[in-house]
Amino acid sequence: MSARIIGVTDGMDELYDVVIVGAGPAGLAAAIEAARAGARVLTIDENPAPGGQIYRSITRNTPETLPFLGDDYWIGRSLANAFLESGIDYAPQATVWSLEPAGDEVGRYARIGVSLAGSARIIHARSVILATGAMERPMPVPGWTLPGVMTAGAAQIALKSAGIVPSGKVVLVGCGPLVFLLASQLLEAGAEILALLDTTDRHRYASALGFLPEFLLSPYLAKGLSLLGKIRRSVNVVSGVTEIRILGSRQAEAVAFRFRGGMGTFSADCVLLHQGVVPNINLASSAGCAIEWNERQRAFQPVSDGDGRTSRKGILIAGDGGGIGGAQHAEISGRIAALAAMRDLRMPAGDAAYLRDLRKQRRRFLRGRAFLDTLFMPSDEFRIPSDGRTIVCRCEEVTAGTLRNAIGLGVPGPNQLKTFVRCGMGPCQGRMCALTVSEMMARERGVSPAEIGTYRFRPPVKPVRLSELATLPASRDAVSAVVGPYMEDD
Amino acid sequence: MFRRLREPSDKVTILFDGHPLSVASGETLAAALLASGVSFFRSSVVGKKPRAPYCMMGVCHECLVTIDGMRNRQSCLVEVREGMVVESQHGLVTIDARDGQ
Amino acid sequence: MHRDPSSRSGDGAAFGRARRGVMIGNSGWDIAVVGGGLAGSSIAWGLARSGLRPILLDGEDLDRRASRANFALVWVQGKGLGAPHYALWTKASAERWPQFADALEAETGINLALRQPGAFTFALSQAELDGLRSEMETINRETEGKAPPYEVLDHDETRRRLPSIGPDVAGSIYCPADGDVNALRLFLSLHSALKAKRVEYRANHPVERIEPRKGGFRLSGRWGEIVVPRVVLAAGLGNEKLAPMVGLSAPLKRSKGQVLVTERCAPFFAYPSATIRQTDEGGVMIGESEETKSSVATNQEVTAVLADRAIRVFPGLADLNVVRSWTGFRVKSLDGLPIYDQSERHPGAFLVLSHSGVTLAANHALVIAPQIAEGHLSPEIKPFRSERFHVPASA
Repeated sequence: MSARIIGVTDGMDELYDVVIVGAGPAGLAAAIEAARAGARVLTIDENPAPGGQIYRSITRNTPETLPFLGDDYWIGRSLANAFLESGIDYAPQATVWSLEPAGDEVGRYARIGVSLAGSARIIHARSVILATGAMERPMPVPGWTLPGVMTAGAAQIALKSAGIVPSGKVVLVGCGPLVFLLASQLLEAGAEILALLDTTDRHRYASALGFLPEFLLSPYLAKGLSLLGKIRRSVNVVSGVTEIRILGSRQAEAVAFRFRGGMGTFSADCVLLHQGVVPNINLASSAGCAIEWNERQRAFQPVSDGDGRTSRKGILIAGDGGGIGGAQHAEISGRIAALAAMRDLRMPAGDAAYLRDLRKQRRRFLRGRAFLDTLFMPSDEFRIPSDGRTIVCRCEEVTAGTLRNAIGLGVPGPNQLKTFVRCGMGPCQGRMCALTVSEMMARERGVSPAEIGTYRFRPPVKPVRLSELATLPASRDAVSAVVGPYMEDD
Repeated sequence: MFRRLREPSDKVTILFDGHPLSVASGETLAAALLASGVSFFRSSVVGKKPRAPYCMMGVCHECLVTIDGMRNRQSCLVEVREGMVVESQHGLVTIDARDGQ
Repeated sequence: MHRDPSSRSGDGAAFGRARRGVMIGNSGWDIAVVGGGLAGSSIAWGLARSGLRPILLDGEDLDRRASRANFALVWVQGKGLGAPHYALWTKASAERWPQFADALEAETGINLALRQPGAFTFALSQAELDGLRSEMETINRETEGKAPPYEVLDHDETRRRLPSIGPDVAGSIYCPADGDVNALRLFLSLHSALKAKRVEYRANHPVERIEPRKGGFRLSGRWGEIVVPRVVLAAGLGNEKLAPMVGLSAPLKRSKGQVLVTERCAPFFAYPSATIRQTDEGGVMIGESEETKSSVATNQEVTAVLADRAIRVFPGLADLNVVRSWTGFRVKSLDGLPIYDQSERHPGAFLVLSHSGVTLAANHALVIAPQIAEGHLSPEIKPFRSERFHVPASA
């Protein structure tokens, strides 16, 4: 039995036991687990092939074609293969643009708005597992909107999915293990890396030390140390970078920076930024899931219990979308969420020993995260740009200065701010600016972002064509709500 | 801006702003354009500044291009196809203000 | 992690509130305005211009704020069916709007993009057109011809003026007095003007209780309390609970509306309309819906109807992307007309409530606010008092 690949919305069933959004490690594992328990499963994913971002294009690559991707990548292969061999429905290149949990107005089942091959459809599910993953933490520095500036993750995706590397001079900027990992991969692929500007905040060393013992016992240690050594031998690493400015008239041409020793500049054709990843909460939030502030990771995430249940019945979250834990943690949490969904649906859910073992593995993969999260938390300057000309909302080109002025009007929160200056109103729907806006407001007010909150997200969480929405079913009540008293009898 | 590590075995031809490009079958349009030396995908809507992909994973919405007449498609989420007609985007989309019939 | 355990389900976010029990006291404010939306800020601006020192107390970021969820119309056509005083009140506000916009723009430098080129209401069936025509005729009769003029256009005439109209459009009503404004910038401009006038503004200060006392009113909430000689209730949906505390009443009916917003496009439609308008930034707003208690339609079903009708009016919209949508709860009284009232038992307490906060902003700022500053509403306002609902005032 293998997965049924769906290319048109008509190919989907009307109702599934479980709909899983996302085919990264969490989503893949959840699908496998749910299918094994006998559930009717549909996985919806935006990418053309399974693997999410970390295992991007894993079913299409081999160690021969991409020799410098390490074991951390290849372990995803068996997961992706098991997924494609399970009896599930799988809709790649499909977008979920709305999610309404079951309830009085919506009905017995959750309603999912999905768009595939240019047409939209609403389908239903008894249970929904969101495995929508993480995205790069925005790094708003002057010049970051110039062509040629991308995230480290983008360069990895380009490498994994298309086997391409930047052709000109590359400068990496940021902090965290991924910067060094990418440097290593690009080096092996023959890219010309002029420098790695390490923005790790030196003030974090002291607080991270408290978590060091746990880190020493974690799976991350050995990999991290060997990588660090190799990079420092081959790449010009500048530590203690406290300010960045990307220069260029129509595209990136150079990076200016301040560091302990003074100021410097490197010319660059490609600037790769990275300062960690944060949960992508738009879909969960639009479904009405309660959102909380994670102080240690300094990001918003959906509230969830130990098994991934959110505050909305029938909606669970798994993987980095619920809080950053890394790929292997994501896989385990996907399995745990699937089993929880099965239990909630009163379907067979594996034995207690299996679940216990999963929970133990999950604890193991969380070990060491506190150290990484603390050490690599970006400094204030890189989370909240002090230069007022820096663009914060890329879509609407709203600068830090405009935001601070509007905050100075005393607005109650980010949603009012959005109303006043349009940050968050563009196509990305606040994904690139929400965190910066909340942090900036928190800083101006002297409170935690927990008190400030974030944008209220609503469907469509991804742009959908008006014509696609127009063909969705509508009840007579809905028509009456719009047309009013002058409805014609059909 | 980007170069290929290997010559692709399967290729397709697409059109970008009228120029034919030979790209690898199965890759995303954004990757294909970057590998073909395209630096600018569009002009920003508010300030008309040059923009190009930033995240390559469907989050940033910078990689928007017109594909086969459909505007504002995220090229990082679309696989290339033989004969695909791609246009960079400058300025606002024009509603056909002529005869609505 | 801070979470407010009393968060409303379905809101998707729950965050900490302002500190408790802080006594702000009385620092010489003449009057408190409860509610910092369009109504409250228009009134506060008008009060400041009249020489008073108001304090504006506003709710929280995730409150249901009608002022963020409106269609931005400066609209007269079709208003006041069965209520000629309202038709004329609305007309007067539209006529005052240019003066209002000029004053705000002069004070803040923010361009409100007011335009009053006239507007259309499209009918997608003969039944709709007949119904709309009949309403306009009735209003015209009830106001003895004083309501703004209008034209009833058939399909061909509509198409002559708007060539991009689709074949399904049966006809339209055109009224030259209608217009629209950038309502979000209006909101920003009001708050900027208040700041420039040094009007005290406190967000996250939701008023939970108002207690009349000798010489004034004590307003309190989790943030503390203040004592002021006079108070204006402009709290939108919150008025219903607050009004009885000062001997007023604000009975509301549920009226949920939904709007879709598209990505920006080049200007294609030089007029506003009741259900489709293009903002000055280029996005197209698509409405309008009203769900009352009896409706069980879900958001996505209403979205589908809105989208379908918009495309039937302007087929060229079909390929535009919808980038966001919102729902809002209109601040609608039982008969849909504004409530302007002054408490008889506590004459320092006023009430301002309407679901046309944009259209009536000019009147609120330039007529109602000066009357409140004087200490009493004029006789022409009497029909808007809540005694018309025959609901006995309490407290």
